[in-house]
This record gives sequence, structure tokens and C-alpha cells, in this order.
Amino acid sequence: MAKKSFAAKIRNEYSQLLVPLVALALIILFNLFRDPGFFSISLAKNNLGNTVLQGNLISTLNGASELAILAMGMTLVTAACGGQDISVGAVAAIAGSVFVKVLRGSAGVTPLTVALGILGGIVVAMLFASFSGTLVAVFKIQPMIATLILYTCGRSIAYWINGGATPTVESPIINSIGSFIPGIPIPTPILIVIVVGILFSLLFRFTNLRLYTQTVGINQGAARLNGINSVGIKLLSFVLLGGCCAIAGVIGVSRLGLINHETLLLDVEMDAILSVAIGGNLLGGGKFKMSGSILGAYAIQALTITLYAMKVPSTDIKAYKAIVIILIVAMGSPVVKEQMNRLWKKLAGKGSAAKFRREAA
Amino acid sequence: MSRKIIALVVSLILVLGACSALAEGIKVGIVNNPPSESGYREANVKNFEEVFSAENGYEASTFYSLKNDEQLSAANQFITDGVDYLLISAAETTGWDQVLADAQEAGIGVFLFDRMIDADPSMFEAAVVSDMANEGDLAVSWLLDQGLDEYNVIHIQGAMGSDAQLGRTGALDAAAADGKVNLVVQQTATWDEAEAKKIVESVINSGEKFNVIYAENDGMAKGAVAALDEAGITHGVNGDVIVMGFDCNKWALRELLAGNWNYDGQCSPFQAGVIDEMIKTLEEGGTIEGLNEKGQIINEERGFDATAITEEDIETYGLGE
Repeated sequence: MAKKSFAAKIRNEYSQLLVPLVALALIILFNLFRDPGFFSISLAKNNLGNTVLQGNLISTLNGASELAILAMGMTLVTAACGGQDISVGAVAAIAGSVFVKVLRGSAGVTPLTVALGILGGIVVAMLFASFSGTLVAVFKIQPMIATLILYTCGRSIAYWINGGATPTVESPIINSIGSFIPGIPIPTPILIVIVVGILFSLLFRFTNLRLYTQTVGINQGAARLNGINSVGIKLLSFVLLGGCCAIAGVIGVSRLGLINHETLLLDVEMDAILSVAIGGNLLGGGKFKMSGSILGAYAIQALTITLYAMKVPSTDIKAYKAIVIILIVAMGSPVVKEQMNRLWKKLAGKGSAAKFRREAA
Repeated sequence: MSRKIIALVVSLILVLGACSALAEGIKVGIVNNPPSESGYREANVKNFEEVFSAENGYEASTFYSLKNDEQLSAANQFITDGVDYLLISAAETTGWDQVLADAQEAGIGVFLFDRMIDADPSMFEAAVVSDMANEGDLAVSWLLDQGLDEYNVIHIQGAMGSDAQLGRTGALDAAAADGKVNLVVQQTATWDEAEAKKIVESVINSGEKFNVIYAENDGMAKGAVAALDEAGITHGVNGDVIVMGFDCNKWALRELLAGNWNYDGQCSPFQAGVIDEMIKTLEEGGTIEGLNEKGQIINEERGFDATAITEEDIETYGLGE
């Protein structure tokens, strides 16, 4: 009996991750058949003389970093507010612009000015996010409509911050944020994702944020009656997402040492929302699993890298991506899940019945 | 006391009148797209502000918008204000017939720059425009002059269907069709630097050989170079891979000067000088010559080679800062 409840617990806890895991597994399997060399990882010396890891697997993990970080924040907003923030790309562009502005305004790029720049980006992004958050939490505007404002004007604001079309910053420090820290062969953005992930898990471990967020998401009236400040929880989810945007923006800028306010993390909001959906989270709010969203982000990136590797014509790439995503989302839809469950129970039922007959005989 | 004030006012009016009489230059109304549109537009706007200044004998009024209807009403206002010349870079090619007719009736000379309008050449004095195909041809002929044994090109395209993309892609496609170059990969990164990096990364990971990167703007070339740097592939002058970009941002030209890139092509945003000369010719009673059958003067395009570029070129032709 105890065994069964344990198994059920595992099923409950992890069944949500089934969809993104299966999606990832399918993409990986497909690539293994297509080209067994796809996953080979090699060591190479980069042009700065550092020994670094290379290969499609590293490219996937590295390239998905910004998306993974945004997906974590998006999960929280989705869970608390039952809607999505479509301005994450624009807010990341604003934060990236602030980062570049601070660096270009100071005498030289030193660890201190970089830290100040990152801090400035985070603070500004959190302010903008709390603007959207206030509209959602206090004025009860639908998240997608509230964030439509910054989605529309955010990139113009980013332009005003620096003026020039594509200001550049050159420094070894920037380079070690965006590509490799000398002596460490793993791309820094991957490490940053791990750090952000740990920070979130610590937050959930030592505070009641997860419980409160889920409660507000499921029934905010009941949450309020139980003494949970639902306005505060919703606002907090936006502020945390703002922080995620800033980190993603800083990574994006540091990869190239350049900010293009028009193209930095362009259309990333759609991928971030998709990551949350592929991760099996309810887009209507409530219970959530951040690890699902992160897996979803990697699945999307793996798909993109696969399509590039297959040299799918550039004009067709988005169409192929859409087809695969339709399949993944359909796989995770409640209707399909229920059908699968029924099928599963039928099979399992037959199996145990056969076992019972055997035992009786 | 009141007499003093009257005297003061009268003298002020006189001074102001004298000033405005002094500033009496050629009145031009400039309708353009806003500088925030792109680095190109920023340089374009700056160029017109510098050339059509009070020092050069002009009295310029400007209006910037991305919207055709706002541009149209601004142009109407300029005609009402009685400008001598109207300079237009239209947001859209249509809808300008009435404005052009009104201007002609009022005896206002119209110049088009950068962007054409669907109109009969008799309706305007001249159009100074870029030939995007010419820009691509210039770059590809430079590439073919490099005398490589084989050309294995990674081609990173801009937003599909834009003028710049069509011109820059056309020339390379033609060379590939003639068998002069081999396109290892041809993908659009939609002007997105990070996407350009991913495309080059995927080629590197596949192990395919390439020795040329043809990126349709500077940002994407920078993204491509970031991928090369991480993979330890040398590039630029004396490097294994030739790097080509477009737009001639100052920072990009500095990469050329440092030998990290090989070529940067430009769709020149500097049309003000040509229009200035034509206006001066008209003012002296001359006629404008050298127009083609569409009433256009094709802007001179440039391409810079890393081995020949100078600091002076960067200052003169570079965009941005």
C-alpha cells in the first residue's frame, strides 16, 4: 500500500515532465538516426587561447540560456496571474541598453562598472516589470493586454537610452560573460542558467512563495480569505520576471559586445510562453513546475539547431517549427492526455487481470 | 517709463527684422523618416542637417515620420509656408500625386532622395536614389577578385524581401548560379546578430568547410565572427575566413582597420551634397543634367577593403559613432 502511494506520488510529481522529456527525446532520437555525429563534443582552442567545449549539444545548451531564464520567470507570472507577459523581449532590450549605457558612460570597463551596469539593468527592468505588474495586480487588466503596452513601446524606449543604432562595448570582462571565462571550458551563459535555477529553488525551499503563488493562481478569492496578499504575490511574480529579463538582456549583449535594440531577443516572448506550455504548465495559472519550462526551452532550442543543421531553407524554418510545436502542445493537451490515460489503464487493467488469472490457476 | 518700453520693443523688432533679413536663405522643407529608424537614417538625417544649414545659405524646416499620411500633411504645410524647394524621402511610394501637383503649381522644386515615389519624372526635378543591386555587385566582384582557389560561402541574409536583402542577395545568387562560388549555407537571420551566430555555429559543428562569410549587415557579420572566435577559426586579413559585412558602421570599419574583417559595403546615406549642387545649379538658372529616364541620379556606392581603409575613411563615411 505504501509502495503504491509512493508510485502515485512519483507519477503525480513527474507526469507533468513527461511531455517535454518525450519531446526532447524524440528530437534527440531523430538526430541520432539522421547524423550520429550530431552529438559529438570536442575540445578546441578559441581565438583567445582558451580551451573550450564545442558541438551541437553545447550550442543547444548555450543558445537556449536566455530562453531558459525567461521561461523560469514566465512560469511564475503564468502561475500567479493566469496570463503571460508578452513584453519580455522589449524589457530585456531596455535592460541591455541600460547595461551598455552604464558601461559607455563610465571611464573604463572594470569589474565594478560591469557589476553596476548589471545592477542598473536589473533595477530598471524590475521597475518596468512592476509597471506591468501593477496594471495586472491592482487594476485587474489581463496580463497580455497590460504587457502589450511595453511590447509596443519598449524597444523605442531602449533606443532613447543609447541613441545610436548599434552601440558596441569591447572588453574581456564582457566577453567572459557572453562566451567563456578563461580556464572554464563551459560557456558562461550555461553557468548563469544554473545559478538562476539554484536561486529560484532556494527561494522556493526557504519561503512559501511556491505555495502562495499556486494558491493565488488557483483561486485568488480563497487565497485572500486565507490571508495571502494576492496583489503582492502577482506583483512579485512580475518583478522576478523583470530580473530574469535583465539577466537575459545582459547575456544577449555580452555575447556580441553590441546592442541592437530592434533585434535583441526578438520574438523571444512567444518561445518563452511556448516553453511554459510545453513544460506542461497550465497557461490559466495555478500549479506549476519550473523544471518543465526549462526543459521546454531546451526542446525549442534543440529543434531550431536541428533545423539549421538540416539546412532547412530559411523561409521554411518557422513553418517546420510550428508543425513540431503543434504536435508537442497537442501531446500535452488535457484531451489527449485523458485518452492516453484511459488507454494506459486499459492495458494495465488487462495485464493485471491476466496476472490474476495466472495466479488463480 | 512707457516710452522707454515702446522704444525697447521697437528696437527689438528692428533687430529681429534685421536678423531675419540676414538669415534670408533658400527655404527648403525636408520630409524624411525619423533618425531612430536605423543607423542608416541617423546618418542620413545628420547629413541633411549639416548640408542644409544656415551657414550654407539655407533656411531648412524638417519633419520626420514613418507614416505616409503624416508626411503628406507636413509636405502640404511646407507648400503653404512657401518653401522654395521640397525634399522628400517618402514612407510609401504612393499617395503623393496631389502634393507633387500642388508643389508644381506653386513653383516649388521637388527633389526625392533615398526612396522613389510612383510618379511621372516631370513631376519632380530629380531623384537621388541608391541602386541596391549595384551595391551587391560591387561586393561580389570584390570577392571574386580575391583569387581564392574555391569560394565556400556562408551567406547570412537580412529580413527577406527588404530592398537591402534583395540587392545584396541577388549578386551572390548570380555568382553561385554561374558556378563561381559555392553556397555552403544560405539562411536568413532577419538582421539578428545572435541568430547569425547560431547559423555559423551550426556549420562549424557540422564540420563542413567554408572560407567566406557574406553577412548582409554589420551586426550579423559581428555575430558570425563571434562564432568563429569561439571555435578558434582565424578570420580577416591573413586569416582562414574572409569576413564581409554591409552598412559601414564606424565600429565595423574599425574592425576592418584592425584586419579582423575584410570588406564592408555601403548603401550611401549621403545624398544631401548632390541635391545641394543641383539646387545651386537651378538657382543660377542652369538645368540639371545626367538624369536617367526615370528622372534619377544613382547615388555612388562604396565598398571598403581592409587592406586599403584609412582612419580618414572611417571618419568621413562611417555611420554612427
